[in-house]
Amino acid sequence: MPKKKVTKAVYLKWYEDMLFWRKFEDKASALYIQQKIRGFLHLYNGQEAVLAGALHAMEKGDKMITAYRNHVQPIGLGEDPRRIMAELFGKETGTSNGKGGSMHMFSKEHHFYGGHGIVGGQIPLGAGLAFADKYKGDKHVTLCYMGDGAVRQGAFHETMNLAMLWSLPVVFVIENNGYAMGTSVKRTANHEDIYKLGLGYEMPCAPVEGMDPLTVYNAMQEAVDRARSGEGPTLLEIRTYRYKGHSMSDAQHYRTKEEVAKYQEQDPILIVKKEIEDKKYATQKQLAEIDERVKSLVKECVDFAENSEFPKPEDLYKNVYSQEDYPFIINN
Amino acid sequence: MSRIIQFRQAVAEAMSEEMRRDENVYLMGEEVAEYNGAYKASKGMLDEFGPKRVIDTPISELGFSGIGVGSAMNGLRPIIEYMTFNFSLVSIDQIISNAAKMHQMSGGQLTVPIVFRGPTGSAGQLGATHSQSFESWFANTPGLKVAVASTPYNVKGLLKTAIRDNDPVLIMESEQMYGDKGEVPEEEYLIPLGQAHIDREGTDVTIVSFGKILKVVHAAAEELAKDGISCEVIDLLTVRPIDYATILSSVKKTNRMIVVEEAWPLGSIATELTYVVQREAFDFLDAPVRRITTADTPMAYAPTLVEAFLPSINQVIDAVKGVMYR
Repeated sequence: MPKKKVTKAVYLKWYEDMLFWRKFEDKASALYIQQKIRGFLHLYNGQEAVLAGALHAMEKGDKMITAYRNHVQPIGLGEDPRRIMAELFGKETGTSNGKGGSMHMFSKEHHFYGGHGIVGGQIPLGAGLAFADKYKGDKHVTLCYMGDGAVRQGAFHETMNLAMLWSLPVVFVIENNGYAMGTSVKRTANHEDIYKLGLGYEMPCAPVEGMDPLTVYNAMQEAVDRARSGEGPTLLEIRTYRYKGHSMSDAQHYRTKEEVAKYQEQDPILIVKKEIEDKKYATQKQLAEIDERVKSLVKECVDFAENSEFPKPEDLYKNVYSQEDYPFIINN
Repeated sequence: MSRIIQFRQAVAEAMSEEMRRDENVYLMGEEVAEYNGAYKASKGMLDEFGPKRVIDTPISELGFSGIGVGSAMNGLRPIIEYMTFNFSLVSIDQIISNAAKMHQMSGGQLTVPIVFRGPTGSAGQLGATHSQSFESWFANTPGLKVAVASTPYNVKGLLKTAIRDNDPVLIMESEQMYGDKGEVPEEEYLIPLGQAHIDREGTDVTIVSFGKILKVVHAAAEELAKDGISCEVIDLLTVRPIDYATILSSVKKTNRMIVVEEAWPLGSIATELTYVVQREAFDFLDAPVRRITTADTPMAYAPTLVEAFLPSINQVIDAVKGVMYR
């Protein structure tokens, strides 16, 4: 399959999407400090190119699954961002009606299968989504995301083996942001080239520079094509960086401010903006209009969430089972 | 019309009938295909359905359980076989955190119509790791349904219901029951989850149990009948949800209850039943509820220690006589 063109329209979409995701997460961070959003909050700031590049390689019906850094993926796939913000607030208008929260976003309509809170637990699920597509004869591909910490779980290794054994249409995407919470990659194994874990399973694997959506797209398109044509899985180690702490409570003593600043110089949004400016894809006025649209959409999300209701106490019993009359034990 | 078949054949019939009925149903596990099942409970199924739907796996319970759950999230209806539920522990995150939670966490967007099945409990002198019962562990988890079969008839009916259920269901069997023979109708039937079965009607004592240890209960009830003591024996069948109504109405009749369970005592199903009976039928009780469980130890290898570990006929007889003050 020939690569898709990365046109002016793509760059402008990348810019607007990534800027929106960044501002959405910044707003979520501020709302967390105001205690409007509770629980744990893991932000995507700095990693946006990994999503933007991948989305351009996906076709309708392709699926995505990831861990708990998962607010913006369903938005990128088409979910209404107001419902994601409402879920962060725990409101009944949220994507999971306030049952999932920050770590458990889902959008079946847009083929986003979560949003999973146990490190590595989603990896076999991603292979299972792909297994079902292959079983049904659907030509869809699943992008199964995980962090660098997850590759040290048994779930990763068992799934790698089974996905190769059954030649499943899945792309395993490791977002290597350098740290599993506060533990750097070099403190978790005797070598730092995570992609090499694919070699033992004879799975095609490669490291990918992850701060530019174009490099991500190129690698992803090849992997997606391989999966769709029946040639099985690929393991991509996408080297990225998160600007924020692991979660909001992270004081980040394990890294220096200089290290964060170094990565911020190659910020994915700046890279895309520079390309737009160099190629004259948009005027400064048009870019300013994008900024305005993003700002106002973020505000809309917050207003929507603020004005929504919390679920009612009796909703606790809804959707635990698909059986509607399940006889729960009620203490009396 | 009915005929006498083995438990293992009833299991294979249930799965095969449901696979003929719905092409999204498939069977996956260790040795299920070419070997015809570690206990021959899927005999002939590879020949009939082919390797696409009867799938041998490597020894990777965590991996294939998770793949099963993921495939259920995407429209399939997997049957995941564990060679024994002792091996389900390495995949328990997939059962508890994923299968049981997905419908709720997604606000009802996703369903996980999956069956996990295989033998539970002890099966002879297999030592500590191969002799464990986790019914109460799984039954503790909202989002799951858990049934424990005891006969060829009920395993077939329960398993067929479980495969059609849209929620995750665990069906527990026993290595020591696969060779059991029993009457099974030729024609199709289903047994609903959440309904206990009164195996034996009686008036003096209610004995509640489930799974293969019911054989001990039935033997004890026979002995006690010779002494003129009439036991009502209830097979719980499903341990989540529990059919409390059948138990309570029996206890209100007999005024005495004993629970016999092949599991460790702390936090057992017996404990739960005892709580509910003291709460809902306190005024009907003529004696404290008694439970007979395994010893509060790991099972051991030596025959004397196996015997000391498991509930016995004599223990049941003594407990019944105890609550009868005889």
